[in-house]
Amino acid sequence: MNVVEQAYRWLNDPLNWTIPGGILDRLGEHLWLSAASVLLGCAVAWPVGILLGHTGRGGGLTVTVANVTRAVPTLALLTLLPLTFVGFGSPAVILALTVFAIPPLLANAYTGIREVDPEVREAARGMGMSSWQVLAKVELPLAVPYLATGFRTAAVQVVATATLATFVNGGGLGTIISQGFGLGLSAGGGQVLAGGILVAALALLVEAVLAILERVLTPRHLRQRRRQAAADPSLGAA
Amino acid sequence: MSLLVGFPFGGSTVPHTLEPSTRLAYDARSAPNPWFSWSYVRDNAEIITDRLQEHVTLTVVSVLIAAAIGIPLGVVAFRNRWLAAVILSLTGVLYTVPSLALFALIAPFTGLTHRTVIIGLVAYALLVIVRNTLTGLGQVPAEVREAAVGMGYGRLAMLWRIELPLALPGIMTGLRIATVSTVALVTVGVIVGYGGLGQLIMEGFRNNFYRAQIATATVLVVAVGLAFDMLLAGLTRLLTPWARRRA
Repeated sequence: MNVVEQAYRWLNDPLNWTIPGGILDRLGEHLWLSAASVLLGCAVAWPVGILLGHTGRGGGLTVTVANVTRAVPTLALLTLLPLTFVGFGSPAVILALTVFAIPPLLANAYTGIREVDPEVREAARGMGMSSWQVLAKVELPLAVPYLATGFRTAAVQVVATATLATFVNGGGLGTIISQGFGLGLSAGGGQVLAGGILVAALALLVEAVLAILERVLTPRHLRQRRRQAAADPSLGAA
Repeated sequence: MSLLVGFPFGGSTVPHTLEPSTRLAYDARSAPNPWFSWSYVRDNAEIITDRLQEHVTLTVVSVLIAAAIGIPLGVVAFRNRWLAAVILSLTGVLYTVPSLALFALIAPFTGLTHRTVIIGLVAYALLVIVRNTLTGLGQVPAEVREAAVGMGYGRLAMLWRIELPLALPGIMTGLRIATVSTVALVTVGVIVGYGGLGQLIMEGFRNNFYRAQIATATVLVVAVGLAFDMLLAGLTRLLTPWARRRA
């Protein structure tokens, strides 16, 4: 029986989906870890990025953050954090994933506010708006396409990175892959392949769903600009 | 292999107020587990250099293969819009697939070898290199192209003597990004046993959460990434002397 056949059989066995620690359990863990990390990332990166963009300062900071996180391997962060005061368990994993969610969120929030036409800003000031009103009523609505792009990039990145949580027994779909490797390729090759297919499918699905959501969220007259805010190619793969 | 050397399990850190019997009962949590230890580095110098060498080799081989395929592919794609669209969407899909999943998709066919890691790393680096080659070529001003045509340059001569040199900064940026992310990605190769310094990180984690080993390997990974980045930045300066004058 070849590996592809093995993987097909493994995926076709209902027990592999429903038993405790099966595919559905792992999927639940994966989504929970990812959602918590992305939301935490938004809570940190958006206020900072929006404020930096509003004041026009700290453009270099967003670049530095992106460069530094690209160089640090995910594996290192996942193994180092549990050994600090954070302790073992999902908080450490979520915190590690959040670190990788922050750069795209921060950069897009900053760029989104910065890219607002200065004339529009001038006009808003001329109408007597205060600095906060300009931010809330003019800059933020116009930055929505960028914020959405940042969210999509960060979410896809985190869903991908969450696969590595298995290295520190953090759960998630990656566990299926590492358990397959644990059985050895002759016995577990099918499971390894099946796990790879599941993880890849999830990542592509999340990307597709968020891309559609992003399009729906972006008002028609802003869609043209959305293209310029295309995902930052400088982000590393997880 | 003496992974635990430099991990002095001593009673010296146990507070003296404890009962003698408690002091004898040894508690792993009270053993010192420093973030950095010279004795670890000294006693394990050989395996550290081995892993470092493996890490650098995997990175260099992967990026070189990716560049050898990616730069020509970018040039061809630049001339052919349809091909460019196909390549960009294909590589985009590939880039969304997590590294561990990619290794899992490759390993059943190539086995637990360094080939599995290299194929995966090449795939990721390829995307960045092709994209940046396309961007670099796209930034060559139309006037320059027209002037070259007016001077009688053929397609190949124009590519070799005008377009590629002018696109070089873009191509080099692609190489730098690809190299730095490859250095970080090599660590995931630990799943098939060829993770370079990632091996040290995982072994340190599994062996009583040995901080010194994990931290040393992490610092080395970041240092290798930085060193490659600076090397390529220097190479870019050497290859594009005209850009220096402008700046």
